[in-house]
Amino acid sequence: MKPKHTSNSRALSRPIRKWWWLFMGPVVAAFIIGFVWPFIQGIYLSFCQFRLISDAKFIGFGNYLKAFNDASFRHAFWYTALFAVVSLVLINVLAFAVAYALTQGIKGSNLFRTVFFMPNLIGGIVLGYIWSMIFDGILSRYGTSILLQTKYGFWGLIILMCWQQIGYMMIIYIAGLQAVPDDMLEAAKIDGASKSQTLFRVTIPNVMPSITICMFLSLTNGFKLFDQNLALTAGQPFQIQAGGTAIKTTEMLALNIYNTFYGQTSGSQGVAQAKAVIFFILVAGLGLAQLAYTRKREVQQ
Amino acid sequence: MRANTLSAEKRRKNLLSITLGVICIIYVLPVLTVAINSFKLNTFVKTDTFALPRGEMWAGVSNFVTGMTFGSYPFWKSVLYSVVITVLSTALILLCTSMAAWYIARVDSKFCRVVYYLCVFSMVVPFQMVMYTLSKTADTLKLNTPWTIPIVYLGFGAGLAIFMFVGFVKSIPLEIEEAAAIDGCSPIRTYFSVVLPMLKPTMISVGILEIMWIWNDYLLPYLVLDINEYRTIPIHIQYLKGSYGTVDLGATMALILLSIIPVIVFYLTCQKHIIKGVAAGAVKG
Repeated sequence: MKPKHTSNSRALSRPIRKWWWLFMGPVVAAFIIGFVWPFIQGIYLSFCQFRLISDAKFIGFGNYLKAFNDASFRHAFWYTALFAVVSLVLINVLAFAVAYALTQGIKGSNLFRTVFFMPNLIGGIVLGYIWSMIFDGILSRYGTSILLQTKYGFWGLIILMCWQQIGYMMIIYIAGLQAVPDDMLEAAKIDGASKSQTLFRVTIPNVMPSITICMFLSLTNGFKLFDQNLALTAGQPFQIQAGGTAIKTTEMLALNIYNTFYGQTSGSQGVAQAKAVIFFILVAGLGLAQLAYTRKREVQQ
Repeated sequence: MRANTLSAEKRRKNLLSITLGVICIIYVLPVLTVAINSFKLNTFVKTDTFALPRGEMWAGVSNFVTGMTFGSYPFWKSVLYSVVITVLSTALILLCTSMAAWYIARVDSKFCRVVYYLCVFSMVVPFQMVMYTLSKTADTLKLNTPWTIPIVYLGFGAGLAIFMFVGFVKSIPLEIEEAAAIDGCSPIRTYFSVVLPMLKPTMISVGILEIMWIWNDYLLPYLVLDINEYRTIPIHIQYLKGSYGTVDLGATMALILLSIIPVIVFYLTCQKHIIKGVAAGAVKG
């Protein structure tokens, strides 16, 4: 393990301390405006009923009960979870396969890598409209549209996300694959291991850290997805529930929260904020699990 | 025998190359589809999406001309505001967070530790958690213009940048800065002439990540900016569909093409840095 730097070197730290306001001031001020205060206020407002923040009334857990009883929210949760898991499996399997192929020393590797990564730089809204044109171009021949069936919306979004994310995960996998020690692969070869044996017994165990990171990343990406969801289907088609309320069948959690905040039903901001807190706990739980995992790995090394 | 297995290996690799080449062509098809449809008359975009814009379908540059003023908001203004917001925010984030990160890494105090752990924590908080209260706060403080929204970006985006900078500063040996301090360099001079040049590789990685995020960001500017006055490219494109019953798909595709060309050019020129930056951000974040 590397020796820890003695970061409180006298010659340095004493004169710097006098300038704390210059070095820390701007970030801390902006951080309070842009994160700390909105976060605390958000937690507080999730226990309140309000139309304007100024006339918020504390009501306890009422908003949370309403959120859990909201059929559209529950539907969005299961839909999002299913989406996140399916996209996780597909993106990671395909990205690993591409990365594995590109590290075999074949011709044109660099060109392929460039092309596969490119969609990553296109923004979610633009991606949504590109693919909505393509899907409608195909589906209109059969007299239908991506907005008419839940399964079209679901698989459409999966295809879109694969197109966007495979290149990103591929980059992480390539870095992991290149770090596999050559002598290990050599030793496997000398011992007469077949290609697939080497892949499953030597290569994959060695890139396990990359696999875990990519799985966490694609899972959280799936849960947090908003722009693409909004631009591709915006939650359509509708489905009428037994109680007469309509739910949007391809609406994911983030979009559901957005629609609860800014949709037609006024006075539901408290419920929306409660949903946002539930959403935060969910996503932060995944994120912290990932951080804890990376930390543990750093200690082991 | 040996020559035989070698050529089998070679053949296998060639086959792999060809397969990947085909997949690559399929991969760029969506972008090509946008390109061909931006030269097609609106009525044919939906019916003949994958046909080349020949004969009666050919629209010339008319889609681009309508696109410029389409949606009751000039497109060049969105481009301008997107550039202003991305450049100002990225510059502000790089300067302020690298300074703060140096302070955090070099001064061992409770205050620094609290700020650092809050930053790490903020990285796992989804935007939906704070979007309502953040947009109200920004409104109250008049941060709803392209010239002031960088402060919001600095606040909400500080986490990842500080995390990456602190990690890097901790790996720089102290001796150089100590020598500067002993020679009578003030902390400000030490930072700007000694530390800052050493931070360059991380600056590039963080800068790339911030540019990619802010340029493509839709929801934050949509909620914070005064939308009648200021729009960014993603907001503009979302509004094309949002405000009309029937959308001029040809013009929309023209604008989408115009908005992804600079991104692709940027990508091809700084590809190495972009891929490195993304990998660094992913592994650390």
